[in-house]
Amino acid sequence: MENEDLIPAEDFCVYHNIEYSFIHSLEDSGLITITSIERAAYIPADEVQKLEKFIRLHYDLDINIEGIETINHLLEKIEEMQQEILQLRNTI
Amino acid sequence: MDFVDYYKTLGVAKNASTEDIKKAYRKLARKYHPDVNPNDKEANKKFQQINEANEVLSDAEKRKKYDQYGENWKHADQYEQQRQQQRQQGQGGFGGFGDFGGGDYTYSSGDEGGFSDFFESLFGGTRGGRRSQAKYRGQDYNAELNLSLTDASTTHKQTITINGKNVRITIPAGVENGQQIKLKGYGSPGANGGPNGDLIITFVIKNDTNLKREGNNLYKDEDLDLYTAVLGGEKTIDTLSGKIKLKVAAETQNGTKVRLKGKGFPVYKKEGQFGDLYVTWNIKLPTNLTEKQKELFTELSKLSS
Repeated sequence: MENEDLIPAEDFCVYHNIEYSFIHSLEDSGLITITSIERAAYIPADEVQKLEKFIRLHYDLDINIEGIETINHLLEKIEEMQQEILQLRNTI
Repeated sequence: MDFVDYYKTLGVAKNASTEDIKKAYRKLARKYHPDVNPNDKEANKKFQQINEANEVLSDAEKRKKYDQYGENWKHADQYEQQRQQQRQQGQGGFGGFGDFGGGDYTYSSGDEGGFSDFFESLFGGTRGGRRSQAKYRGQDYNAELNLSLTDASTTHKQTITINGKNVRITIPAGVENGQQIKLKGYGSPGANGGPNGDLIITFVIKNDTNLKREGNNLYKDEDLDLYTAVLGGEKTIDTLSGKIKLKVAAETQNGTKVRLKGKGFPVYKKEGQFGDLYVTWNIKLPTNLTEKQKELFTELSKLSS
């Protein structure tokens, strides 16, 4: 991965006005991946959209990490099913 | 523009405490939040209504103003109109308000997260909120692009207009019906210096051929005359890449399927790779036989029995 695809986690937290511990909890739960370079944490650019969604769920809707895990799992299942429906429609 | 009952929107009583309002908002927001209802316009609209109600009722100053003028807001508007009319007609005094027929209650900005006309009239265009100073990423725009199956079989460029801006995009061969591509930064502008949203294009592919597509493979039924089916021969068929001549084996049965490797649909973003084309032979029996043909078929029948 190129360096320009990584966003310093510290900058990200300042930008969104959030605590780093929240990002760390998401990583612990396997919801996002974080890259460490020389002890500094970086967020891969392709994780940002997902991470921003989790921030909204937590800070706007007061949903804890366990809740976010459940929602994320169910949303993935819905997406899979929607894809399957689309594929079946395409074969009719 | 109609009066909006924010208490009703949140399902709380007029004397609800700040805590009750917060609870009701959270409960409804969890149900209708766009992040948990992706691609659901109805939920999105409902969320905007809930958000707007919360914006007013959770702010003591706004709530006070709403409670004071809210329900009379439209009457005040009509009152002003009537007063102006009477002034123009040179009449003194004011009549009753009578019946006021309202128009439809509409959100001014549709899916873009705007508040209702009612809100704008009462409170102006400003919004408060706990995280209002945060930089927000702009909303994603969704667009549909219609293509024919023939168009989708070749990589080509197309110019689309999004909010008055021309965007030239390359559509790779092999896109599927319902497939989405994302153009980063072509969505609505971010708030407070946040980044732009994305433009998400969904391809809608109409079949303009007699081929059936399943993934990268194509299927077609092809008529074959009895004589070629029995004796073998050749048959020219149309494919996406032009006409090809197919060898027909002798004694080919009706419904026989032939696989033409690499004559199917291009594989998405894999240049030079194609699916297969499956041809199913549909054997046509001869009709309007001549006497001579009937004689020969009879002879053939006797030979076979």
